[in-house]
Amino acid sequence: MNDDPAVLVVEALHKTFTLHTQGGIQLPVLRGVDLTVYPGECVALTDPSGSGKSTLLRSVYANYRPQRGRILVAHDGARIDMVDAGPRELLAVRRRTIGYVSQFLRVIPRVPTLEVVVEPLRAFGVARDAALERGRALLARLRIPERLWSLSPVTFSGGEQQRVNLARGFVADFPILLLDEPTASLDVASRAIVVDLIRDALARRTAIVGAFHDAEVREAVATRTVSLHGTGVAA
Amino acid sequence: MDADRPLLRARGVTRYYGSRVGCRDVGLDLWPGEVLGVVGESGSGKTTLLGCLSGRLEPSAGTVEFTQRDGTVVDVLRIPEPALRKLARTDWGIVHQNPRDGLRLGVSAGANVGERLMALGARHYGRIREAAFDWLGRVEIDGERIDDWPETFSSGMQQRLQIARTLVTEPRLVFMDEPTGGLDVSVQARLLDLLRRLVTDLGLSAVIVTHDLAVTRLLAHRLLVMRGGEVVESGLTDQVLDDPQHPYTQLLVSSVLQP
Repeated sequence: MNDDPAVLVVEALHKTFTLHTQGGIQLPVLRGVDLTVYPGECVALTDPSGSGKSTLLRSVYANYRPQRGRILVAHDGARIDMVDAGPRELLAVRRRTIGYVSQFLRVIPRVPTLEVVVEPLRAFGVARDAALERGRALLARLRIPERLWSLSPVTFSGGEQQRVNLARGFVADFPILLLDEPTASLDVASRAIVVDLIRDALARRTAIVGAFHDAEVREAVATRTVSLHGTGVAA
Repeated sequence: MDADRPLLRARGVTRYYGSRVGCRDVGLDLWPGEVLGVVGESGSGKTTLLGCLSGRLEPSAGTVEFTQRDGTVVDVLRIPEPALRKLARTDWGIVHQNPRDGLRLGVSAGANVGERLMALGARHYGRIREAAFDWLGRVEIDGERIDDWPETFSSGMQQRLQIARTLVTEPRLVFMDEPTGGLDVSVQARLLDLLRRLVTDLGLSAVIVTHDLAVTRLLAHRLLVMRGGEVVESGLTDQVLDDPQHPYTQLLVSSVLQP
């Protein structure tokens, strides 16, 4: 089905949280997760909430630090293991290879929406004018009214913030895209736009891994579904 | 410059005050364009570390190497005093927590900014004044205040003036000690946004000491968490804040009030 080599290989990944402030309770979340993702496929994680989907996505982005296993990412012609790569390598992977869209926009006070959206492109090295043009097109596509582009998204509604977040995630054509409930607070029309964005990305051979709470969205975009239970997750 | 050499490299930096530990065995690499946050509570040793890194405090042991513009590496702790002073004037900038420590209160705002240029040999009055005017604008101080004394400024304005005075000479490395400490929250947000833009636009490297985790989330690429003079945890800023490993870091992160 796929001739290209895998761009993301997760092997025997273990992640346990130890809560030192709560008597040292141990919460094993991932116990030996395996996952291989190829360009142009959208893998939907199908487990119920609380079963480790976000933990896996955050681990791939190196936001969480797993204890054991490997997360091999094709980056600049090499393979980087996100579990033990150094900080500079991780930042380089985030700049050029992996995009991550969560449910929540981390808002920086006073920074205008358009600047928030194009920041990944600028970090990628795209010239300012080209970045702004692309940012405007995405904001328009995601139906953020133009009068809001120069404002900080601090005061936007949950749905608007999520659409800004999506614009930021899709602006840079990352080879790998991680989507953690990207449509959670969106209305039907906006969800349809996101489905189109995801399909466009797949057509560009982007590899996508996502948690989609919304069954309709999931069925519309997923080329394959995976249950973490099948691959080793804490019961 | 060699892109594979850190701008600042510290190894085994240790400083005792008598028998009391200021900081112990701290190592770090700071790369060009990178902002490193050092967090911890009062007495954790972060200000001592900053003093040692910037050559203002002599460590009991350790090395601090700085890569100069021409690619040569100097040992900050062992170069002669005049060379260190020159480094501090040209390649480094220091932003103190209290702007009064970084400003000259007896001269005008414009002179505060222009003075650092003059120390580097600038002599043309018109151009110095122009640069001062430009920098006041960049830190959002009305140019009409150029001849006013810092005494007449609010604390937030004084802090912005100190930043202008520090950055006008285009240093490559800036040390900041609680740059937003003591400011009102609304003023802090403005200053943070300003610092963030300046760091990105100028490609600065910076070491920022703060007890405010929210500040590091906005400004720092990486964090060192200090306790009792030692580094107990380090990592990308979001790793340390979202998945803290050490009991002390977990306590710090969980103690922050979420508005």
